Amino acid sequence: MALLSVRDVTLRFGGIVALDGVSFDVEEGQISGLIGPNGAGKTTAFNVITRLYKPDSGAVELDGASLLKVSPHVIIRKGIARTFQNIQLFRTMSVLENVLIGAHTLGRKVSEDEAFRVLDVVGLRERAYFPAAALPYGIQKRVELARALVSKPRLLLLDEPAGGLNHEEVGELGTFIRKLRDDFELTVLLVEHHMNLVMSISDHVNVLSFGRKIADGSPEQVQADPAVIEAYLGTDDAAPPPASPEQAGPAAQEPAADEPPSEERA
Amino acid sequence: MTPREKRIAGFVAFGALVVAVAVFPAFVSDFKAREWAYVGIYLIALLGLNMLTGYTGQISLGHGAFMAIGGYTTAILMAGNEQFGGPISGGMKDIYTLPLAGLVAGAVGLAFGLPALRLSGLYLALATFAVAVAMPSTARRFAEWTGGGQGIQLSGLPELTGGSVEDVDILGLSLSPNRWLYYLSWSIALVAYAVAWLVLRGRTGRAFRAVRDSETAAISSGVSLARYKTLAFGISAAFAGVAGGLFALGTASVSPDVFPITLSIFLLVGVVVGGLGGLSGLVFGAIVITFLPLWAQGQDLGSLLPQGIVEETQKPGGSSIVFGVVLILLMFVLPNGVSGLFRRAGQAIAKRRYARSE
Repeated sequence: MALLSVRDVTLRFGGIVALDGVSFDVEEGQISGLIGPNGAGKTTAFNVITRLYKPDSGAVELDGASLLKVSPHVIIRKGIARTFQNIQLFRTMSVLENVLIGAHTLGRKVSEDEAFRVLDVVGLRERAYFPAAALPYGIQKRVELARALVSKPRLLLLDEPAGGLNHEEVGELGTFIRKLRDDFELTVLLVEHHMNLVMSISDHVNVLSFGRKIADGSPEQVQADPAVIEAYLGTDDAAPPPASPEQAGPAAQEPAADEPPSEERA
Repeated sequence: MTPREKRIAGFVAFGALVVAVAVFPAFVSDFKAREWAYVGIYLIALLGLNMLTGYTGQISLGHGAFMAIGGYTTAILMAGNEQFGGPISGGMKDIYTLPLAGLVAGAVGLAFGLPALRLSGLYLALATFAVAVAMPSTARRFAEWTGGGQGIQLSGLPELTGGSVEDVDILGLSLSPNRWLYYLSWSIALVAYAVAWLVLRGRTGRAFRAVRDSETAAISSGVSLARYKTLAFGISAAFAGVAGGLFALGTASVSPDVFPITLSIFLLVGVVVGGLGGLSGLVFGAIVITFLPLWAQGQDLGSLLPQGIVEETQKPGGSSIVFGVVLILLMFVLPNGVSGLFRRAGQAIAKRRYARSE
């Protein structure tokens, strides 16, 4: 059985259908990519899984148990932690305090040692007492990652972790995410615009376009899928999709933008 | 600064505060000690309001109403309200009423915190302000409980320690009523300070700040907004209730006029001047709201102003203008309050160390 199962989820914002009967599974232990052009509904899907949004219909299950009945703040206790596309750090706190909030559900006795162990993993031990908001963008992303990891999740949702990184850093990030998966025995669901990264580390890829799932399969299958090519490049364009992880198409590098409904409010 | 260094600095500062509070009355007149007692009372209310507004990010313009609830609780428990046709016979010694004043106000605060969950920012500010506006009329309306517009007199009651004239003997010391009020207020204020520090230093305080900094990330990290927002409302109202009880002892009476609408606004001024989200500056915030109205009338420090201005302040309305101008100036000079000044110094140290360690 899949660890996470999204079944026929529909979510409307007024007249906009943000998710339209979307279904996909995430198998335990896999890195699963969730891709699609801007506005496809990727972050919305994350917000539904973490219960910041309530879908109009459909089911979301973790290990066969429905997540739609639990309160948003209980999601992390179920073993789901996430990062955010537009960084959501606690801006007045130090790096260490941010990570300690991530450990909130572990109770009162959680030692700072635990937080420092995770800071070691992301290489931020030396900056533990530094104000988080004063760090560069790329490092703030690592703080968010540490905050998600410290709760010892089973499923980690990463929303555009490569945003703002340069070419070399993206390569390192891919290796790092795989290592995290292995070391922390994680299942990873990854939203990313950077096709090189998604195609090189994912075991399975789901493709959304305008709120619908249009394809899924192995990275190779998805890249060869005509519907995916159409979604990214348009109908009349005969240009091939990014054929291999080494040659990402130009559409793959389009800048990240917020999806229409902002994720500020549940 | 590392947390360890911060903790040590905090202990030293707190120790210094305790010593300063203990010896201070020896250097001022009996009457001045009474004014400084009010600084302690305001400090208690500010510690509570700061937990709500500074740490959790919920603006309250109605904390004067929670003080009023505490004040009336104390007065009713002491004097009873049978004389107005109410059900309470009273007779409780003044200091024992204070925890109950905190409990009653805290319970009302918790209850108010629940609907307040649906409101934030300016809307919450307006809703709490409505409570402050409604308070005096409510007290008049339920006259059989509150004595109506006349209120409840406490002076001369056997339940009022010192009865506001004779000296108070305690721990082998003989204190004038003013000094007794000073030491009572400040003892409770120092305990309140320690309690606030304990609540805010650990997991609960972090959760409060998480709610303020990013509700989205707080929820996703497992922090229940409902739980921590109402908790902040409850604790904060309880502090205000205790302060209100002491206020009633200080004025030896309660009435709608003892807790005017402006009290709520003064309290918000106090936390902003003290510095939202820090404890260290609140003593200054309490001093400002106690003495600024007096300075603005040309008394005390105010008399150091140029003679022309002092004369102006003594004309009708003059003191309010000075008060307002001083507040505006304070906001320019201390945009993050007095705590912000301390914090900036701490961060400068941290940054320099970070630069060195690279």
